[in-house]
Amino acid sequence: MIQDDIDKVITPLPHREGEGVGPLFLTFLKVGAFTLGGGYAMVPIMEREVVDKHGWLSREDFMNILAVSQAMPGLFAMNMASHIGHKRFGVWGGIVGTMGVALPSIVTILLIAIFFQQFKDNIYVEKAFRGIRPAVVALIAAPVFRMAKTAKLNLRNVWIPVVACLLIWALGISPIWIILAAGVGGYLYGKITKS
Amino acid sequence: MMIFLQLFLTFSKIGIFNFGGGYAMLSLIQNEVVEKHHWLSNAEFTDIVAISQGTPGPIGINCATYVGYTAVVNNGMPQWAGVIGAVLASLSVIWLPFLLMLMVSRFLIKHHDSKPVNNVFSALRPAIVGLIAAACLLLMTSDNFSSPSESPFAFTVSILIFGFAFVGTRLYKVHPILMILLCGLAGLLIY
Repeated sequence: MIQDDIDKVITPLPHREGEGVGPLFLTFLKVGAFTLGGGYAMVPIMEREVVDKHGWLSREDFMNILAVSQAMPGLFAMNMASHIGHKRFGVWGGIVGTMGVALPSIVTILLIAIFFQQFKDNIYVEKAFRGIRPAVVALIAAPVFRMAKTAKLNLRNVWIPVVACLLIWALGISPIWIILAAGVGGYLYGKITKS
Repeated sequence: MMIFLQLFLTFSKIGIFNFGGGYAMLSLIQNEVVEKHHWLSNAEFTDIVAISQGTPGPIGINCATYVGYTAVVNNGMPQWAGVIGAVLASLSVIWLPFLLMLMVSRFLIKHHDSKPVNNVFSALRPAIVGLIAAACLLLMTSDNFSSPSESPFAFTVSILIFGFAFVGTRLYKVHPILMILLCGLAGLLIY
């Protein structure tokens, strides 16, 4: 039964007659180009395209892939795209899907970077960005509180984010060590409390 | 040539150690790009975050592309080399998680509800909240806010904008892009 579920999620389905990776690429290109505000904003659009419009996946499969993508390292939207592409069209589909999502970002940002390098010393651009910079810091502060809820913070584990934050901010420790320590710590804590 | 190797290694590292999405990634990128390699100043980094917010696509890719270009050009190389740096940094973020995904997804689906995997994530999720908080604190510098000694006026305006943006996004769910546009307009009018 469990094996059946795994196969449902993982095994690439056989190609349908006349169905190539072309539509997959175009679909993910669209998802990449029309989503503002990062990974999670892409989910409803992806769902509509992949499940409702093209029928490449069932809604349950889509939810499974969503859960796994959240659990894996890397960019959430990229993980989604590679999973979906992989499941439908194999490894090649995974690559094409991922590239489709990434391409609009890369091209847009590249144009802005080239343009912005030349205009950032412009007095009006500088003025606007003096107003924007504090706002951006606030935009990063806001999800801290939203994510505290998702992470199910309580009196017993609230020290984890506080210590993590202080180690990075005050002592300049790389976040990579914090992630490794948290992962290993969580695993060991579970082992100790069980035995 | 060194800069390309460094970009590749740095963004591969950023990609594989990113749990918890774009915002958590910002703290990694900031640590590597600003604190360690000094490819960008804190203000330039904040500008990139602002630009990433206002353009389509995942924030992590946007940041990688921008940093890749800017780091190479700031290093005194021509624009075409910057384009290569941008593409290289973007692909570097993607490739390791992609390979890992192909290998590990079978395991993770099978053990998604298993005890050890749950234990690891029960500590990882709170830690990521701390990571994002640290990214935010590290950006509270005179680069971004000015300072009372440098310009009391600019500092006060910055604090007000910060409060306005925080309350607006947190309580009134104002869209981040709209918020950036409003605060840019405020900057134009005030300064």
